[in-house]
Amino acid sequence: MRPFAYERASTARSAVTAAGRSANAVYLGGGTNLVDLMRLGVVSPDMLVDVTRISDGTIHETPEGGLLIGAEMRNGDLAAHPLVRRRYPMLAEAVLSGASGQLRNMATVGGNLLQRTRCSYFQDITKPCNKRVPGSGCPARTGDHRNLAILGHSDSCVATHPSDMAVALAALGAVVHVEGPQGPRRVPMPGLHRLPGAEPERDTVLAPGDLITAVELPSLPFAARSRYLKVKDRASFSFAVVSVAAALDIAGGVVRDCRIALGAVAHVPWRAEAAEAALRGSPATEAEFARAAGAELAGARPLPLNRFKVPLARNVMIRVLADLVETR
Amino acid sequence: MVDTRETLLDTLRERLDLTGSKKGCDHGQCGACTVLVDGRRVKSCLTLTVTVDDRDITTVEGLARDGALHPLQKAFIEHDAFQCGYCTPGQLCSAAGMLAEAADGWPSVVTPGLGAGTRPAALDEEEIRERMSGNLCRCGAYPNIVAAIEQVAR
Repeated sequence: MRPFAYERASTARSAVTAAGRSANAVYLGGGTNLVDLMRLGVVSPDMLVDVTRISDGTIHETPEGGLLIGAEMRNGDLAAHPLVRRRYPMLAEAVLSGASGQLRNMATVGGNLLQRTRCSYFQDITKPCNKRVPGSGCPARTGDHRNLAILGHSDSCVATHPSDMAVALAALGAVVHVEGPQGPRRVPMPGLHRLPGAEPERDTVLAPGDLITAVELPSLPFAARSRYLKVKDRASFSFAVVSVAAALDIAGGVVRDCRIALGAVAHVPWRAEAAEAALRGSPATEAEFARAAGAELAGARPLPLNRFKVPLARNVMIRVLADLVETR
Repeated sequence: MVDTRETLLDTLRERLDLTGSKKGCDHGQCGACTVLVDGRRVKSCLTLTVTVDDRDITTVEGLARDGALHPLQKAFIEHDAFQCGYCTPGQLCSAAGMLAEAADGWPSVVTPGLGAGTRPAALDEEEIRERMSGNLCRCGAYPNIVAAIEQVAR
C-alpha cells in the first residue's frame, strides 16, 4: 500500500475543503471496499478524508413524509431501523442480503453507493481494464464475464454495479444529497450511476471532491408492500447473479403503480422503466408480469457466458411481482 | 503513533501482542480477524487503526471475565466446535456481536416478516447460519459451531 495522509473531518464542508487540498484525495467511509482496493494496488490515494464522524449518522423524518438517511449511517443500523423496515421493507431486505454482518456494521450508506465493480479484471492489476486504466482494453468481453452485464454495456466495459442497497434506492427513487466544491446539490436515483459508454472509469456523475452527505427517501406509501429478491451462487455472503427490487400498488386486481429495479445486470442499478410502463393499468396477473418482464429485457444484449441471466432476470421479476400479489 | 496504512489487525498482533485475532484472507472475506468495536463486530483486517483511536476494542482475549470463560467459549468446548482452531477467535467474537445484534431486535434476511416489527429474532439454526456467514471454517466444523451458539442463544 502506498503511503497516504489521513484527516478526520467534522463537517461536510471541511471534508470537501480538506479533499481539495490534495491532488488525489479520497473520502473514507467504512473502508470495506476502498481499503481492500488500496491493498490490491487498484487505487492509490495520497490522502484519505475520514467522513464517518460528520453527523450523527442516523435517520430523520422529512416534512414530506419521507426519510433522510445520513450518508455515514452504517448498513447494519439502516437495515435494523424500524421506519425503514416498516415503510421500505425492500431496502432492509436488500441491505441484509448483501455482504456479512461484520461488513454491514462497517459499510456506510454513502460508501455502499460508491463501491466499485467486483469484475475480476478490474481488481487484478496485472490485467488490462478500461475502468482501471482507460484505453488498456477489456479482457472480460472474451474472458470471464459469466456474472457481468446484459444491459447497457459498451465495447469498452461490461462491468456490473455490485450494490444490493442501490437497487432498492433506484426503485424507490431516492435523492442523493451531495456537498461539492461548488456547494450542495441533489442527484436523483436512478441518475447517480452512469452507463460505461466510452468512459468506464467514471462510475457515477459525481465530480472530484463531491461528497455524498445523505440519501433522501420520498414518501411512497405502497412501498410498505415491497420486496427484494436476490439470486446468488451461495446461500449467503455472495454478490448477486440477478436481483429484483419491486413494489406494487394494486386496486381491484389492477396495477395502479409499481416500482421495479434490477441488480447485477448493468453498470448501474437498473430501473425497469419499460416494465413499469407496461404494468401500470394492467391486471395484476402472472401473464401481465411476464409481458412486462419481456418488455424490459427486449433490449438485453447478453454475452456468450451470461445468456442465462436473461431468462433468470425474467423469472425473478415474475416471481417477485407474484409474491407481492399473494402477500396482500 | 501508527502508520496510516496500519490495520487494526496488525496493530493488535504486531504491536500489542494480542495474537488471538487471526489473519486469514486479509480481504474481509474469512472472518478470522473479527473483533468488537464499541460492541459491534467488524473485520479488523479492513479497519485502519487511525480510524478507531478513540474506540473501545474487544478481542477474543477480552471475552473471558475474571478468569471465567465467556458462555460462548464454554459452549464451543462442550460442543467441540472447532478442529484446527484458527477461525475460532473470529467465530467467538462474531457470535458475541451477533447475539448482541439479535438482542437489539436486528433482523436478518431470513427473519420472517422482517418488515413487520422489531421483536427480538428467535435464533434457530437457519438464523444462526445466515448471521454467521461472514465467518468461514475450513475444517467444516459448522454443525458444532451452530449447536454451540444455539445453546448460548437459548
